[in-house]
Amino acid sequence: MAADSYEDIAVDKGDVIPALEVPPQELYHAKSFWTKWIFCQDAKVIGIQYSITAIAIGLVALVLSWLMRLQLGFPELFPFLGAAEYYQFVTMHGMIMVIYLLTALFLGGFGNYLIPLMVGARDMVFPYVNMVSFWVYFLAVLVLVASFFVPGGPTGAGWTLYPPQAITSGTPGGDGLGIILMLISLSIFVVGFTMGGLNYVITILQARTRGMTLMRMPLTVWGIFTATVLALFAFPALIVSCIMMTLDNLLGTSFFMPAIVEFGEQTEYSGGSPILFQHLFWFFGHPEVYIVALPAFGIVSDLISVHARKNIFGYRMMVWAIVIIGGLSFVVWAHHMYVAGMNPWFGYFFATTTLIIAVPTAIKVYNWVITLWRGNIKLTIPMLFALGFIVTFVNGGITGLFLGNVIVDVPLSDTYFVVAHFHMVMGIAPVLVVFGAIYHWFPLITGRLLHEGMGRFHFWVTFLGSYAIYFPMHYLGFVGVPRRYFEMYDSEFMAVSTNYLNQFITVVALIVGFTQILFLYNIITSSKFGKKADKNPWKACSLEWRTPEVPPTHGNFGKELPVVHRWAYDYSVPGATDDFIPQDIPASQVPNAEVEKT
Amino acid sequence: MEESSSQTKVTIPPNRGAIKEWASDQKVFKGVPWGKAMMWIFLVSDTFVFSIFLISYMTVRFSTKVEWPNASEVFGLHIGHYNVPLLLIAIMTFILITSSGTMALAVKYGYEKNRKMCAYLMLATAIFGASFVGMQAFEWTKLIMEGVRPWENPFGAPQFGAIFFMVTGFHGTHVTIGVIFLFIMTRKAWRGDFDTGRRGYFTSQKSNYEAIEIMGLYWHFVDLVWVFIFAFFYLW
Repeated sequence: MAADSYEDIAVDKGDVIPALEVPPQELYHAKSFWTKWIFCQDAKVIGIQYSITAIAIGLVALVLSWLMRLQLGFPELFPFLGAAEYYQFVTMHGMIMVIYLLTALFLGGFGNYLIPLMVGARDMVFPYVNMVSFWVYFLAVLVLVASFFVPGGPTGAGWTLYPPQAITSGTPGGDGLGIILMLISLSIFVVGFTMGGLNYVITILQARTRGMTLMRMPLTVWGIFTATVLALFAFPALIVSCIMMTLDNLLGTSFFMPAIVEFGEQTEYSGGSPILFQHLFWFFGHPEVYIVALPAFGIVSDLISVHARKNIFGYRMMVWAIVIIGGLSFVVWAHHMYVAGMNPWFGYFFATTTLIIAVPTAIKVYNWVITLWRGNIKLTIPMLFALGFIVTFVNGGITGLFLGNVIVDVPLSDTYFVVAHFHMVMGIAPVLVVFGAIYHWFPLITGRLLHEGMGRFHFWVTFLGSYAIYFPMHYLGFVGVPRRYFEMYDSEFMAVSTNYLNQFITVVALIVGFTQILFLYNIITSSKFGKKADKNPWKACSLEWRTPEVPPTHGNFGKELPVVHRWAYDYSVPGATDDFIPQDIPASQVPNAEVEKT
Repeated sequence: MEESSSQTKVTIPPNRGAIKEWASDQKVFKGVPWGKAMMWIFLVSDTFVFSIFLISYMTVRFSTKVEWPNASEVFGLHIGHYNVPLLLIAIMTFILITSSGTMALAVKYGYEKNRKMCAYLMLATAIFGASFVGMQAFEWTKLIMEGVRPWENPFGAPQFGAIFFMVTGFHGTHVTIGVIFLFIMTRKAWRGDFDTGRRGYFTSQKSNYEAIEIMGLYWHFVDLVWVFIFAFFYLW
């Protein structure tokens, strides 16, 4: 077959076997317990290490959110919750959830586990660097945790760490070690992530198996790939601003600090620009939203397609939408700063670019819904979470259109409307995908199924519960309840009903929170005693289910790497005996399948 | 880093066009080894780091109310009775650019499997790099003796010292890391690791002359960044 007949088409016409371009990878074979389980160079183990660490630190953030809710729902009932602690909890909750949990879990966890399996590689291209990446991330987490134990506690500057707040004394942890440990931890995280991220990108670009063209990769890989590229180009802004703020803190430089009076005294600072920090932070911060969202988009596309037994609608558009969203995410950052006192023309520009993002995002949502349309929908637990994601994401996305407009954003910016918006779109929506993905790939990782009853209970409580938490917050925002306030029940301009609503939200939040403990219990017990799963329990097409052994062993695929002959979405193909044709099945093995060009 | 391209069969059919080639299977960049592609992407990421440093520098230079020091006075050297502006920097820049040349030659001899010439030239590059760092240390010492600190300086805006030490320090760290790796690679080349394919101590992957080209990419990048720092800090 001519070389250009296998590229850019969904299914090979004949049994094409392209020439090998990637030399066989030499794997490091561990000799001791330490190199096998601790300093392991197998991407699958590294992925699990990342996931466990991320979930463990995420639990800390979950507990912090309970404490915050207790204070908001029942102010003055808990004497150990002071204003300083409240702000420390806000800060740590936000930072941990966004960076140390979601970024690490999606890219470090799912990325490591799934990329080599899905593109048909034996491992990441540089397993040693990959191993170091995890341990650097682990160090970052340790430094972060250490800030809870230093005098003054962790920083309470708000999760955006805006100066001068983050630096001036009086901010909890601001004049102590808290803020410095936070900045150092973030810098370490960026270093560790860069090592891993380069690995993910090069594995996807340069180490795919034969026949795996870019337009045959599962959307999960596309999502993680684009998110990693965003991270590699956005994290520099974070690390540079962290370095500069550390210097402001330790050496008394004035990058971000204007001349400022503190407790009636003129400080040593003068001439810096606090707005510069906001620009740098959001130049990182907005792509960060999509670093979390794009892997979720990709994974949910695969979940929907597998569990609706139907090919993903508009694969090509889905890929381009991911790439375009990724590109646009670099030119919208200042929509987080409408109230910062920018030039109004800036707001005009950034509102326009922000609203343009709605176009590719809407394409994705329509394509998910059309994929479901007349599909053979199986309401499995992963599917339930995927459906929950679509609803939550549409909800959060639409409030994003409100906030993208300058004139609407200005009055809403400091209210609970913003909290509701970003928890819907960036908190709940990706977390639902994480849960769906865990239920989906758990049989691959452990060879066992998660407990069905507990899983369904977990879904309904989490989905309905998070709606009950965040939907009322939109209302709170509209009636003007300000966010980030430690306590407000004496404020006269607020209706009394807001107090009751806050109590209701707190109660639901605790219930939803405890349900997550049940989920962890399910994971731990099912990994040992769960029902044995079939080799490919969901009858999925993509390569991760085509390993000779499930769970896959070191090196992933036995002696021979699979050769890919089709895209990852050949479900319910007319004429085929099974309702799915895995990616490595050549045309000659399914003679009657009518595969149309997609 | 040590993936061998000699084993790799690369067939690029004519008239395929870039898009088709990128979208085809296995490799987006045909014939490009993993380590080289990885270094390129890392350098793009690092470009963002230095761009953000320089943009921050410009912003701070505009935000401060105090006048910015005059570069040609601050960075002058007294030779005899004359005050020669930018003399040291000119020498430093010349040395660093020269080291790019020796590095490029090292890569050439590496691919020709000329072990000795490759090692000599890399050693020269490392020594040029080390002398650059040494002169930078001298420059820092001189400025510190004159009272320049990250938080204040006698010439004008306090941000001058802050941003100068931070950015040249960050670049100097890059050069230092490069010099360390150049010395390591020199030793490896001299010992013949790249010919015998000796395995790396940490990675246990086979050594290959491609490592020198990857080293070269990093080194040229560091030199290029210096050109921008030179323009923005010393000529503006």
